[in-house]
Amino acid sequence: MSGRPGLDGPADEDEPERLYVITRGRSGPGGETPFDLVTLIVSRAEPKATMQPEHAAILRMCASPLSVAEISAYLRLPTSVVTVLLADLLADGLIEARAAVPPADFPDRALLEAVIHGLQRL
Amino acid sequence: MDFRDSDTLVGPSGADRLPATAAKAVKVVIVGGFGVGKTTLVGSVSEIRPLTTEETMTQAGVGVDDLAGVERKTETTVAMDFGRISISDELVLYVFGTPGQERFWFLWNGLFEGALGAVVLVDTRRLEVSFEVIGRLEDRGVPFVVAINGFPDSPDHPVEELRSALDLPPEVPIVACDARRRESCRDVLMALMRYLYNLAAPRA
Repeated sequence: MSGRPGLDGPADEDEPERLYVITRGRSGPGGETPFDLVTLIVSRAEPKATMQPEHAAILRMCASPLSVAEISAYLRLPTSVVTVLLADLLADGLIEARAAVPPADFPDRALLEAVIHGLQRL
Repeated sequence: MDFRDSDTLVGPSGADRLPATAAKAVKVVIVGGFGVGKTTLVGSVSEIRPLTTEETMTQAGVGVDDLAGVERKTETTVAMDFGRISISDELVLYVFGTPGQERFWFLWNGLFEGALGAVVLVDTRRLEVSFEVIGRLEDRGVPFVVAINGFPDSPDHPVEELRSALDLPPEVPIVACDARRRESCRDVLMALMRYLYNLAAPRA
């Protein structure tokens, strides 16, 4: 597990309130979200000084593709908060989301072959 | 938050950036009891220093007064380590190690949804922790392989004895693993991919 304190225990007293402010009171998507943990996000615009700092930070770090999980890790924000922020940016056309989720049934063999070949080179 | 307290830019350092061509990512989940070596395995195969993502697990409070109409809920922050393997210029594989507290594994939205499959990392000294998770993976239809992480004092079980002890169907692969060794962990992931490949085979 992580060496960061507090992550395994109850959140800090002020944590819910801080997250509430960042998302302006919107709760994390309850399952209905276009974002998977491994959806790759790429910026389509430069950050602006007038933006909410978290939005600007996402645009900055996604100059090259980055997964939702990595954004959450670098921002130290829960993934459900990150997806609310990403939904804002996507709605404004400021990011591109490269969808990750394979079909619900078994993934296609070409994809698996590619993964196997990639792993062989490790 | 660092990025508010200073001008330090957060995000990946140069070497940890994906190429602009990265277009598709897939994930696998490593499950297993506390201390079985999940974090070690993730660190062994990852091309980046493993990162930690977190999620706030919410349980509706019962019998708690509302404050200004805001529903009070019990919130717990749960952390999960993950790593990354670039498969090609376009394809990226992410490897997630489940959090220590088993009750959160299946509450984490989107952890198992869309995952290619799972690796159940087993410590033969504590087989019992594997039963519930194997059952839940089966219930959810998440394909998995079982990897036996060897510890110096692990009893040496024949594979078929373990299969029987874990009540595993004959087709589920059981592989040995040393979570500290990159090649060994790579082979576990390969075993999962080959298993998935066979599952995806067109029926004759």
